[in-house]
Amino acid sequence: MPSYRRICVGSASRSEFDAMPRMTMIEAIRSALDVSMARNDDVVVYGEDVGFFGGVFRCTQGLQQKYGVSRCFDAPISECGIVGTAIGMAAYGLRPCVELQFADYMYPAYDQIVSEAARLRYRSAGDFTCPLVIRMPTGGGIFGGQTHSQSPEALFTHVAGLKTVVPSNPYDAKGLLIAAIEDPDPVIFLEPKRLYNGPFDGHHDRPVTAWAKHELSEVPEGHYTTPLGKAVTRRAGEAVTILAYGTMVHVALAAVEETGVDAEVIDLRTLLPLDLETIAASVAKTGRCIVLHEATLTSGFGAELTALVQEHCFYHLEAPVMRVTGWDTPYPHAQEWDYFPGPSRLGQALRDIVETR
Amino acid sequence: MTSPTPLHFHVPEPASRPGGKPDFSGVSIPKAGSVRRPPVDVLPEEIRDLAYSIIRVLNHEGRAIGPWVPDLSQDELVAGLRHMMTLRTFDARMQMAQRQGKTSFYMQHTGEEAVSCAFRIALGPDDMNFPTYRQAGLLIAHDYPLVDMMCQIYSNEHDPLKGRQLPVMYSSKKHGFFSISGNLATQFVQAVGWAMASAIKRNHRIAAAWIGDGSTAESDFHAALVFASTYKAPVVLNVVNNQWAISTFQGIARGGSGTFAARGLGFGIPALRVDGNDYLATYAVAKWAIERARLNLGPTLIEYVTYRAGAHSTSDDPSAYRPKHESEEWPLGDPVIRLKQHLIAAGAWSEERHKQTEAEILATVIAAQKEAEAFGTLHSGGKPSARDIFEDVYAELPPHLRRQRQQIGV
Repeated sequence: MPSYRRICVGSASRSEFDAMPRMTMIEAIRSALDVSMARNDDVVVYGEDVGFFGGVFRCTQGLQQKYGVSRCFDAPISECGIVGTAIGMAAYGLRPCVELQFADYMYPAYDQIVSEAARLRYRSAGDFTCPLVIRMPTGGGIFGGQTHSQSPEALFTHVAGLKTVVPSNPYDAKGLLIAAIEDPDPVIFLEPKRLYNGPFDGHHDRPVTAWAKHELSEVPEGHYTTPLGKAVTRRAGEAVTILAYGTMVHVALAAVEETGVDAEVIDLRTLLPLDLETIAASVAKTGRCIVLHEATLTSGFGAELTALVQEHCFYHLEAPVMRVTGWDTPYPHAQEWDYFPGPSRLGQALRDIVETR
Repeated sequence: MTSPTPLHFHVPEPASRPGGKPDFSGVSIPKAGSVRRPPVDVLPEEIRDLAYSIIRVLNHEGRAIGPWVPDLSQDELVAGLRHMMTLRTFDARMQMAQRQGKTSFYMQHTGEEAVSCAFRIALGPDDMNFPTYRQAGLLIAHDYPLVDMMCQIYSNEHDPLKGRQLPVMYSSKKHGFFSISGNLATQFVQAVGWAMASAIKRNHRIAAAWIGDGSTAESDFHAALVFASTYKAPVVLNVVNNQWAISTFQGIARGGSGTFAARGLGFGIPALRVDGNDYLATYAVAKWAIERARLNLGPTLIEYVTYRAGAHSTSDDPSAYRPKHESEEWPLGDPVIRLKQHLIAAGAWSEERHKQTEAEILATVIAAQKEAEAFGTLHSGGKPSARDIFEDVYAELPPHLRRQRQQIGV
């Protein structure tokens, strides 16, 4: 288990941390929804299988029983309808937090997200707004094949008016989700499904680890927020900066440990707004940068990160910025681990980049 | 089994095309007053026939007859006539302004004025419309300032939307008028969500969704019907069938369902079909559906049978795809003339008063236009700031937009 630097952001007091419960990512997300629903009657939660059953990943378990069917309910299988109605609810003044069962299913809702949710404030000059959160499980690693493994974050970061968040651990997942629900603008909340039940460093052939052993599974029961738009340095280092988010944060830490390269690992947490300041400060220090993501390479979010690093750190760079990503293919089923950019692929990139003179 | 003949691919065609004789023999029109008026708590399966008929109140002599005659005073009807006349005059002036290069684009309502003007009067002050681009009567009949509408059309310095939106894509929460997207059908399902929210909050406000015949083919329309039906949302689902979606006749979207109202039947949503050029019938049917929603009885689908007498927009020329004089042959007539005739027959109006009112409205609209043009038109005079490009993308300007705004030097 790699060692994590404890960085507490938010309003939880020290005494709360002393007796903190351990949560999986699922429990942390559920806790965020619970805390938000308890604090604000306007928060409503719905989606496919979300009500009585509590969601296929159990993130909304118990919420219907606790808050009633008008606050947490099942929706028809219509992503267009789920997001379209949520936009209407948000315009009314509610704070809907809807679940799309898999990010791969979001395409029927894409028009509603891009043409409507993202632009409502702008096109009405603030007359109508859309404080809406769309949660969706993202990424691979569960043998989900091409329809349960995609990482479509770049399709959201490319859209003006959206915020895009990808947590990497239970503590952040709860704080970021509460912040997203309280945010006045639409937020896409991508939940790396391979992290739901435990940290995953990409070594699929090793025993599964549980969140309980991980420092960042200590999650306060009450309300706290992790601010959107702030990255965090998970490991300080001098040789190279790794920019990662979601599952890839754990892959990065594993690869660093295995290669012994003194890399700085930055967990972006929010892709938009992006914490360019933290990125630029790190790359200015290390002079090298690897961008890591599970999504396909071409026009991926890594392309944006690479361009920004080039624009803002050009005179500090000692090697070309490298990208380690999924291949430009659909996510395969049987060949999942050949597709997944795991620690060995990143490890090779780390060795290559530090050798570049 | 072997088929005796090869398969045949079917593409519907309108009854006539340019050069042909207008033909509305396929539009079956019941007599005014002949369609029954069920109680608002009727079970949808008991009124399935109403989805295939047309509710009409005004007959050929301009008399209001039958069970749907609404409870509107003569003063209220005169006000309704003035709203429609104002909308028509407004359209004419803005159409001309576009031709004069004062704006990029305009969309007229000609022939469809009754639908939005009557609906607005039937709706409550706190209710919310999710309109398309051809329901400006919802604003005019609710006393939204004509100057503000024109400033939006001109994208000038007084434009409430700061120059960001295409002309006629108004927005006014205060007037129960949701921001128009410009994408089709997307807002139909949002109206259902807004109505669901009102029910979740145990409020009394209801929503009105709007869509045209052509865009009922979008999946958003069907999602809206599913959600409205499942959650019994307090929403009125309005389909304005003006026969033409740009150059595409309504049969292409309607397919084999007979009518657009009939789309509601499979969802268990009561569906009414109404003469959209009959102000009284339109008002009465809207009132019925609004009352139903308000009483927690759920959604109603209304198809307004009307005719788009003008072009789709200033970028369109209908003579390329439909007979030139088709609009004159439209069997449901003109909504302004029909209400005018009704008021004259009732002794509440006259040709002289009509002429006077026309002149008075024209003067009002011209005065508003002068006032609006003093704030600028699209290519001259005051315009919104380049700074406005960056505001309202988010509640707070994020760092990357701050950097971009600095680049443009504002």
